[in-house]
Amino acid sequence: MVGNTGVVKTDTLSPQAGKRGGRGPGRRGPSWPTHLALIVAVIIISTPLIFALIKATQASSQVISPNMLPGTSFMDNLSSIWVDAKLGRYMLNSTIVAICVTTGKTILALLAALAFVYFRFPLKSAAFTLVLLSLMLPTEVLIIALFDLVSRDLKWANTFAAIIVPFLASATGTFLFRQHFLNIPTSLADAARIDGCGPLRYLTRILIPMSWNTIGALAVIQFVYAWDQYIWPLVIVQQDEKQVVQVGLRKLIEVGGQTDWGAVMAGAIITMLPPLIVFTLLQEQFSRGFALSEDK
Amino acid sequence: MLKPAQTTANTEANAVFRGAAMPWFFLLPSLLILAVFIYLPALQTLRLAAFKANLILGTERFVGLQNVTELLLSPAYRQVALQTLIFMVLTVTLGLLFSLGLAWLASRPIRGSKYYRLLLIYPYALSPAIAGTLWLFMFNPEIGVVNQLLGSLFSIKPRWLDDPILAFGLVVVAAIWKGLAYNIVFYLASIQNLPGDVMEAAEIDGATPAQVFWRVAFPLLTPITFFLVFTNIISALFDSFALTDILTRGGPYFHNAGITTFLVYQLYQDGFVNFKSGVAAAQAALMLVLVAFITFMQFKVGERRVHYGG
Repeated sequence: MVGNTGVVKTDTLSPQAGKRGGRGPGRRGPSWPTHLALIVAVIIISTPLIFALIKATQASSQVISPNMLPGTSFMDNLSSIWVDAKLGRYMLNSTIVAICVTTGKTILALLAALAFVYFRFPLKSAAFTLVLLSLMLPTEVLIIALFDLVSRDLKWANTFAAIIVPFLASATGTFLFRQHFLNIPTSLADAARIDGCGPLRYLTRILIPMSWNTIGALAVIQFVYAWDQYIWPLVIVQQDEKQVVQVGLRKLIEVGGQTDWGAVMAGAIITMLPPLIVFTLLQEQFSRGFALSEDK
Repeated sequence: MLKPAQTTANTEANAVFRGAAMPWFFLLPSLLILAVFIYLPALQTLRLAAFKANLILGTERFVGLQNVTELLLSPAYRQVALQTLIFMVLTVTLGLLFSLGLAWLASRPIRGSKYYRLLLIYPYALSPAIAGTLWLFMFNPEIGVVNQLLGSLFSIKPRWLDDPILAFGLVVVAAIWKGLAYNIVFYLASIQNLPGDVMEAAEIDGATPAQVFWRVAFPLLTPITFFLVFTNIISALFDSFALTDILTRGGPYFHNAGITTFLVYQLYQDGFVNFKSGVAAAQAALMLVLVAFITFMQFKVGERRVHYGG
């Protein structure tokens, strides 16, 4: 039980305050039921991951046994999958793709939001609607025609362009930046313009430094989205050399009837790392970026 | 956050910079990509749906609405649609319920709440494909840890992936588990923005914790709940592909189709395994209508509810 030295006045005023299991944030009460519930939840949520982590360290004889003690074979498992099963190659490909998509999406969305917020021009709402409506058309729905276009007309099958370029425009990013820019006082832009500052300079010198939380929040979402790509690379990339790691995982399981599960678990753990690292690095911006836009 | 109600409101308010070509110059990259890789394929999908086409052979024959009517009359496709609906309803309702509860608990002013929050949201970094891989190993009937445990405790070894009911349940639970972190992130952000004074006032007036939650906090959380309902519907429709592809490969056969064959999986099967492009495009066209309807509802509902947040 945690001794809370917070405000006491609610207790004396509220007849219910003495009751157990107070729930509202800011409310006092015994906290052990909350701790208990959260600990149970965290354990349940983490079980598959802990399981994977332990199995990734065991030698192949232990992996298929109920033994749940960590072993010492992590590096063996990893090296067998990193080189033999090309995980290293897949990881590199995914990293390149995810970084390109994230950077490209952020830049394009910033430019689009700049146009929508600081300019008045004919057909503006039509252009805005066009961006807005693209949310209704996920890749999965377009996959037949997109495959046709990218492989037959553009001849991009088995290239990085095929898994990067179609994803560079971001409706979500455009809206988020637009929303954020609208909250920045116009007087700032007016002053900048009077000082002879053009829109691009205003974007790079003033808007971007004021938008790191939003950029961070968006970067996390976009990186994770790009990293998780699955169905599109599965159909458009046939060469192992160009394949991404999510589809690579599928190939690791497919190998004959004998799956080397210890190695696969080591692969799964490694595959989780890049988004986890991005998420950890930008965690602060991620939470604040959303808190900020939720304000209104 | 996407709040459609606000998006068009003050578009015209501030036009600081001048220049007729300049804004188009900034918009061009985005619009070009959208036109080529979203709108063109969308139109092409509608066109392809009216043809019996074979992408491999490059042949096409116009059949009008025949592909669509065939689909709607096909018992297998109707089963797939129904399965998708059940999967969607289960994962969305249960997933949001658990997420809201956990986010609420983790928002309480208790010691270490920061760490609980982190431990609840880090699985966001986990992909559906990895989720499928982990669950495939855990629930392997012979060497999976679940059956080894059940075998030694109760001497049972269920065939998780061969039994239709078990396979379906497994996919539902895995999908809920996979979705928790995402939902908790958004609920946590919203709960932190709740007006503390309103809830304190309710407490002072003698509201029980349950009353504070259901009468005060929950209504204030409706906008985010609606947003999450729609994003969860979309992810149940689409993100389930990687999970089911790795975990069950469409699932054991049940009546007319695999039990965990959902709409996108069927689309992929017909388009890229059976090479029936026309039929697949017709499915895509139907899904397009479905997604358009869902998005329309999101805006409709969103517009009505969004002011709650005030």
